[in-house]
Amino acid sequence: MNLDIRYPLGWIFVAFGVVLGLYGLETIHNGMYAASMNLNLNLIWGVVMLGFGASMLFLARRAS
Amino acid sequence: MHLGWVDWLLMLIYFGFVLGIGFALKRYMKTSNDFFLAGRAIPAWVCGLAFISANLGAQEVIGMGASGAKYGIITSHFYWIGAIPAMLFVGLFMMPFYYGSKARSVPEYLRMRYDEKTRALNAFSFAIMTVFSSGISMYAMALLIQTLGLLHGIVPDGWIFHVSVALSAMIVLGYIFLGGLTSAIYNEVLQFFLIVAGFLPLVWVGLRNVGGWDGIRRTLPASMTHSWRGMLHANTNPLGVEIVGLVMGLGFVLSFGYWCTDFLVIQRAMAADSQDAARRVPIIAAVPKMLFPFLVILPGLIAVCVGAHGGHGIIPVKVDPLSGSAVVDASGNAIYNYDLAIPMMLLHFFPSGILGLGLTALLASFMSGMAGNVTAFNTVWTYDIYQSYIRKGASDEHYLWMGRVSTVGGVLLSVAAAYAATSFNNIMDALQLIFSMVNAPLFATFLLGMFWKRTTGHGAFAGLLSGTITAMAHHGLTLPAGATPGIHGGWLGHVIYTYPSDMAQNLWTAIFAFSVNLIVTIAVSFVTEPKPESELVGLVYSLTPRQSEVHLAWWQKPQALAFAVLLILLLLNVVFA
Repeated sequence: MNLDIRYPLGWIFVAFGVVLGLYGLETIHNGMYAASMNLNLNLIWGVVMLGFGASMLFLARRAS
Repeated sequence: MHLGWVDWLLMLIYFGFVLGIGFALKRYMKTSNDFFLAGRAIPAWVCGLAFISANLGAQEVIGMGASGAKYGIITSHFYWIGAIPAMLFVGLFMMPFYYGSKARSVPEYLRMRYDEKTRALNAFSFAIMTVFSSGISMYAMALLIQTLGLLHGIVPDGWIFHVSVALSAMIVLGYIFLGGLTSAIYNEVLQFFLIVAGFLPLVWVGLRNVGGWDGIRRTLPASMTHSWRGMLHANTNPLGVEIVGLVMGLGFVLSFGYWCTDFLVIQRAMAADSQDAARRVPIIAAVPKMLFPFLVILPGLIAVCVGAHGGHGIIPVKVDPLSGSAVVDASGNAIYNYDLAIPMMLLHFFPSGILGLGLTALLASFMSGMAGNVTAFNTVWTYDIYQSYIRKGASDEHYLWMGRVSTVGGVLLSVAAAYAATSFNNIMDALQLIFSMVNAPLFATFLLGMFWKRTTGHGAFAGLLSGTITAMAHHGLTLPAGATPGIHGGWLGHVIYTYPSDMAQNLWTAIFAFSVNLIVTIAVSFVTEPKPESELVGLVYSLTPRQSEVHLAWWQKPQALAFAVLLILLLLNVVFA
């Protein structure tokens, strides 16, 4: 198939990662993180998702 | 429930990508082969993830979480016994015949191996089941959106159900209509990763809250944290099943009947780019499948540990949607709504932002369940019903057009099924029951067909019918403890045996149906004329030359992969025994 699945997969994780990460930065002193055991899940998980998305894009690029 | 703008933004991004994939693939859909079989050009790992994702529908995520909260880690048997061995078997032994025979669907394999009537029986029952399954997914999703109040304040309350059904139907229709099976498979891969990404942080934070697995073991009774304790007798474990029923019924008959014969999952493997790849698909899929209990069952266990008030944690009391008052059982005790275990976990631990991701993951699982059924339906309808009995010998363009039309038809029928579920309380229970009766004997037909060349078409057809009749008779003559005759069994007017639980009754229904099918098929085959051996090459094990595997590296060999999966499976069972 001519469309490598790793492109859409990579881009959606990059998009989610950026949105979550920026929102996490903006709410860094917000009390709402008491719910998640005082972990800023948005920032942490945003970075993880961004990393996963970027590596998918890198792999897709290397293959083409 | 209040959602922030960021939660809506994430859900919108997801829906944008889902439809975007459909549009991007539209220009590649030139023949019916592209639309129904994804051009047989998809790499094994992509098919493998789609293989489990298509099965990971709403019922699974919600149901496994609920069962984890209610029964504990013993629920993992549905994965470790009820899926993995069958997935390895279909990859190692059955895929060469499905893929190598060039059949385009499972019913078509039955026609090549047996005859027209066996194919017709399988094609019609399968088409009806897929439509209802996707309708049930749609219904469950709309009900959850309504219960959580997701659209509260945006859409008038009385319209939430209708809007949810319409939206999910349009999105699924959109991406399959445009990009066919490829689009469904690509979206299933996306859904797989989103479900993992959404549930992993939930388990992480949840475990921190309850003090890890050790904390769960301290809080909950031992029967909930051990998967094999008390399995020898039905009344010493929470499932109410003894070991023979569990291993034979769930581990063999039901799980092999589903994973090895259901076109919904087999279709994903048949889309692989080579026979070697097709054999690896279910084995690759077995790896994440084996670990899914930690994503979907564990949150259920955590949910009953959080706060631990009265042993129900954050599980809410069941509320009657019409009157708004709590539902109580015969002795006046509150009934808990375990189906809300996972949604409650999301709301409890996730702040705005990541909550959007969690809800996206949940919605993704509902959609993958629906889309899987719709793509299987349009293929079986077009190839096995329309092309075989309604319009033979039309151009390929015409069948491609029919594929799109039947996608619309399949979605509309699913919507009808979803509404049927709202108006008849018992219709879904009744349907589930009929599915299990049709499915239970099926595996014997395939097993004999692939591994015994003497099996005849008349034998297969007679066996399949008598297996289904046996399942009905067994259900009609037995009853689970505490139930009244009716939908739960005993409707033939005379109860000859009472099982300790629903599940035990189900599993033994399947065991009897399978055995009768096996015996009748063998008996009838002996007195009827078999097909000449020359017609069975590529369809039966003993008449098909073994494929050479010398060109594969050791880690690409299906046997080596399957062996590794078995080792991990054993380890998991020992650790959580």
